Amino acid sequence: MLELLFLVPVVPFASFLWLATAGSRTSRKAVAVVGVGSIAICTVISLLITWSYLASPPDGGAFTQVLWTWISVDGFTPQIAFYLDALSLIMMLVVSFVSFVIHLYSAEFMLEGEGYSRFFAYMNLFVASMITLLLANNLLLLYLGWEGVGLCSYLLIGFWYQDSANGRAAQKAFIVTRVGDTAFAIGLFLLFTHLGTLDIQALMQRAAQQWPVGSTLAIVASALLLGGAVGKSAQLPLQTWLPDAMAGPTPTSALIHAATMVTAGVYLIARTHVLFSLAPPTQFAVAVVGAATVLLAGCSALVQHDIKRILAYSTVSQIGYMFLALGVGAWTAAIFHFMTHAFFKALLFLVAGVVIQALHDEHDIFRMGGLRKDLPYAFWGFVIGGSALAGLPLITAGFYSKDLILWSAFSSTQGSTALWIAGLIGVLLTSLYIYRLIFLTFYGKKQIEVAHRPGWRIKIPIVTLSVLSLVGGFVNIPKALGNVPAFTDLLHSALPAVIERQASMITEGLSEGIAAIAFALGLGFAYLFFLHKRTLADILASNAIGRLIHRFWFADWGMDWLYDRLFIRPIIWFAQVDRNDFMDAFYAGVAGLNEFSWRALRETESGRLRWYAAGITAGTVVFLAIVLWT
Amino acid sequence: MILIWLITILLASGVAAWMIARWSVLAARWIALVATLADFVITLVVWLRHYGQFSIVVQGNWLEQLDWAWIPRFGIHFHLALDGLSLLLLMLTFFLGIVSVLVSWTEIQHAEGFFHLNLLWVLAGITGVFLAVDLFLFYFAWELMLVPMYFLIAIWGHERRQYASVKFFIFTQLSGLLMLIAILALYFAHHAATGVYTFEYKQLLATPLSSSAAWWIMLGFFVAFAVKLPAVPVHTWLPDAHTEAPTAGSIVLAGLLLKTGAYGLLRFVVPLFPGAAHQFAPIAMILGVIGILYGGVLAFGQTDFKRLVAYTSVSHLGFVLLGIFAWNELALEGAVVTMIAHGISTGALFVIAGLLQDRMQTRDMGRMSGLWSTMPRLSGAGLFFALGSLGLPGLGDFVGEFLVLLGTYPVSRLLTILAAVGVLVATFYALRLVQRAFHGANVHEWKLPDLVKREALILAPMVVLLLWLGLYPLPVLNTFKPAMKSLQQYASRPMREAK
Repeated sequence: MLELLFLVPVVPFASFLWLATAGSRTSRKAVAVVGVGSIAICTVISLLITWSYLASPPDGGAFTQVLWTWISVDGFTPQIAFYLDALSLIMMLVVSFVSFVIHLYSAEFMLEGEGYSRFFAYMNLFVASMITLLLANNLLLLYLGWEGVGLCSYLLIGFWYQDSANGRAAQKAFIVTRVGDTAFAIGLFLLFTHLGTLDIQALMQRAAQQWPVGSTLAIVASALLLGGAVGKSAQLPLQTWLPDAMAGPTPTSALIHAATMVTAGVYLIARTHVLFSLAPPTQFAVAVVGAATVLLAGCSALVQHDIKRILAYSTVSQIGYMFLALGVGAWTAAIFHFMTHAFFKALLFLVAGVVIQALHDEHDIFRMGGLRKDLPYAFWGFVIGGSALAGLPLITAGFYSKDLILWSAFSSTQGSTALWIAGLIGVLLTSLYIYRLIFLTFYGKKQIEVAHRPGWRIKIPIVTLSVLSLVGGFVNIPKALGNVPAFTDLLHSALPAVIERQASMITEGLSEGIAAIAFALGLGFAYLFFLHKRTLADILASNAIGRLIHRFWFADWGMDWLYDRLFIRPIIWFAQVDRNDFMDAFYAGVAGLNEFSWRALRETESGRLRWYAAGITAGTVVFLAIVLWT
Repeated sequence: MILIWLITILLASGVAAWMIARWSVLAARWIALVATLADFVITLVVWLRHYGQFSIVVQGNWLEQLDWAWIPRFGIHFHLALDGLSLLLLMLTFFLGIVSVLVSWTEIQHAEGFFHLNLLWVLAGITGVFLAVDLFLFYFAWELMLVPMYFLIAIWGHERRQYASVKFFIFTQLSGLLMLIAILALYFAHHAATGVYTFEYKQLLATPLSSSAAWWIMLGFFVAFAVKLPAVPVHTWLPDAHTEAPTAGSIVLAGLLLKTGAYGLLRFVVPLFPGAAHQFAPIAMILGVIGILYGGVLAFGQTDFKRLVAYTSVSHLGFVLLGIFAWNELALEGAVVTMIAHGISTGALFVIAGLLQDRMQTRDMGRMSGLWSTMPRLSGAGLFFALGSLGLPGLGDFVGEFLVLLGTYPVSRLLTILAAVGVLVATFYALRLVQRAFHGANVHEWKLPDLVKREALILAPMVVLLLWLGLYPLPVLNTFKPAMKSLQQYASRPMREAK
């Protein structure tokens, strides 16, 4: 059964090829059948492979399938080959499944407007690239998938290409992530030069053998990979592209910019965890980046008006949690949170899409309100997804994954109280901003009439993801609550466990209790400010300091502004000034000089005898002078 | 014998097309098409016949050769020889030759016979350059490329064709003269050392030279090839020539003429003067990186579709220069893959530019915008080749540039990092091209016909080839690997001494 592995990326790729070449001449129904069907097949194969993997695990917990040798030059022999272990298995399963429900949703959601087949072509190509990224057995193939998903992200953000604002957002996303990718690529050069391979498993082995913990090369190499990861996963300081990426269709935001692609950086670090373990400073940087991103993006989410931008900042912030987990060596916790986040964040975007479509493309939550009765699916989707996001204790998936991260941030040998507290503040912020969104959207006075209600292809994904957002956490129940760590046990064949510090005053149960309090506080504040007494929030935001902070957070801490002044304007300025290439001026000068001397000499051919006689005389004098005096 | 056919088919068909065009233009076009197709098939057959043997070819043996005494008194031979490297470049030549004939099918509407004469003769000159292993013959072929190319630009070019063609001619002619002097200097130096007058490549390889003589002669060759490549700062003829040339001219210029410069560096500069080249390598590599970055930024600033594409060549060929002078197996093979992939992806972008010009009578991107809504297929193709140009993994350019950078890294980290930033710059210009031409609103309300069958037929193989090079370049790598090994062997001995 494992031999079917190559089909998981190949089926969506084949479907992409068909849609790209023949899709525009085919009926929408056929496009939907092929576009969604290919992902359905992909999901079924993933399930079969999972079943087979769990029923009879391959030797060493890993299975490799080589298709062909890609390049072979002087010992550099990357292959087109797939590698399946517990880590890539879980990622593949989650990605293909979430992709499937989102494709199903899109079949209805995208029905109006043009470019139906183009949309499914891009989405299918995305799934193919993402799966390639996850299954790649070497870093070069991973890089191919990595760039492929970046391309699809670009194409889908700019899907409605006729509005040039979308084009700008798309270009920004591609370029900002490619800044990170450049670091990633340089990391590949370094790794190959010093370790002689890009095959991930061999690379990790050699790194562990040849580089001592804390060696400069390991630190530099891992830092370069981290550069790629922060770009793709929208972490500080390269997070600025993700909020703008919301210009794309909502299913795209759900799939690419929430559930799957943006977690590629998390996957990369988990995949190369050996390297990061060899470089404690880099790993600490991962934790700090994560914690800082949790807080900064959480604050930005608090003041946005656009429903999708709130969710975008929330995604940035939640991936911050995953980075925090990676940074303290809680590899499995990061992957656990990736999975639950994929469920509830995809759900939140899908229901946000329902709301937006119902209200004639309205994005501003301050112009919504009272939608509870009219859009019950959206309402319950938001309540469940939002609660999972905020970590409503015991009954939501987000609670289990986030608490595992919080506890690891405290208890790991690489953790600290500061990181733990940052995580807890993040919980408060999360619960505050998401309930603010829910209260403003679904409670209060109705402002716009609902014009459009979802059909079954939208309802099924919402229900499915809602269920998963609730029960998805039960695969890993912590010690204090019954101790069923099935998920982490499975992953431990690929990723090492957290190394815990000596016991201290705070226990796991206490950490969970404090997190629950932080959650409740956030919910309480949201209730107070946005449901009970709206004027309170206005008072807070209306004084000078409040306004300043509001503006600052609203504009993502001014980072766009900074990058614009520092990088974009100088480059554009230079390109425009030098449009005609100053170097050409030199050659134009030479040509001009020739022309000038030609004109000057031509003037002497005036036909006047006196001038000729004078010239001859002067010449004779000069030559005589030279002859006589030298 | 097969090698002489490659050239004579082109020369003779050129004359035939010229004559017959008086009676039937269509016949002239068909003659040109059949001639290029025939040459392509011949090289394809040669490739398939030798394919199994590439890995076992003895060092330095030619796959095919032909050696006639031409002017024996001066040691001049009509000596053509083929190895894996020249074979691949020839296949590229004839492939782009077919493309050039096809894109001119409707575009060229006056003096068609003379046009095809010039086109086929340029191709013949290029074929000669890739095959000649007698330096006199090489120079002869080098000049043979120049004149018909000049006519192609000057007669069938766009608005500023006079300026561009003269500029092109002066740059290449002057640099060609430098090469002639260098060839003669080497010829006499060889005689002084051995008493034998010869232009034969293999014999000249062993010429003992004082290091200063080697340095100056090497520099003469280098300048000639650097102008063709083009390297900054002698690149300024390129944007004008490429922009003003007719589509077929641009394809031949970007796809092939530039490659003759790179080929010259590979075949002659480094193997003939390994010590001097080794000394010179840091400068050449810096020039390469400057080309990558500066060319990219210049491309980014352009408003003319064709001019933008032209400047991207400066950037891409910078990688080739960098790779050649890094001179290790990874970088060298990367440079060759870049040469081939660039020929296809940039050639295709020029085809797109030609199709747009044909439909819109403008190359100004300010007048485009939103073409996707009226020509989705053409725009999709444009997007695809722009992605090739920005080095998307899975397409040919990526393999080449990645290998170059991978090979350059151990030689110079700083230059590798700067060149990698150049890949980022490629993202700027490629996305800008897509955004300004194809995406955006159709503000000028263009209503234009999408790709017709002939046009799709030109672009489809280019798409396939670029994907093939990107996903399974192994057959191509295997084809030129032995040739590169023997080049490295020629160059290796004194380089070890230099270290």
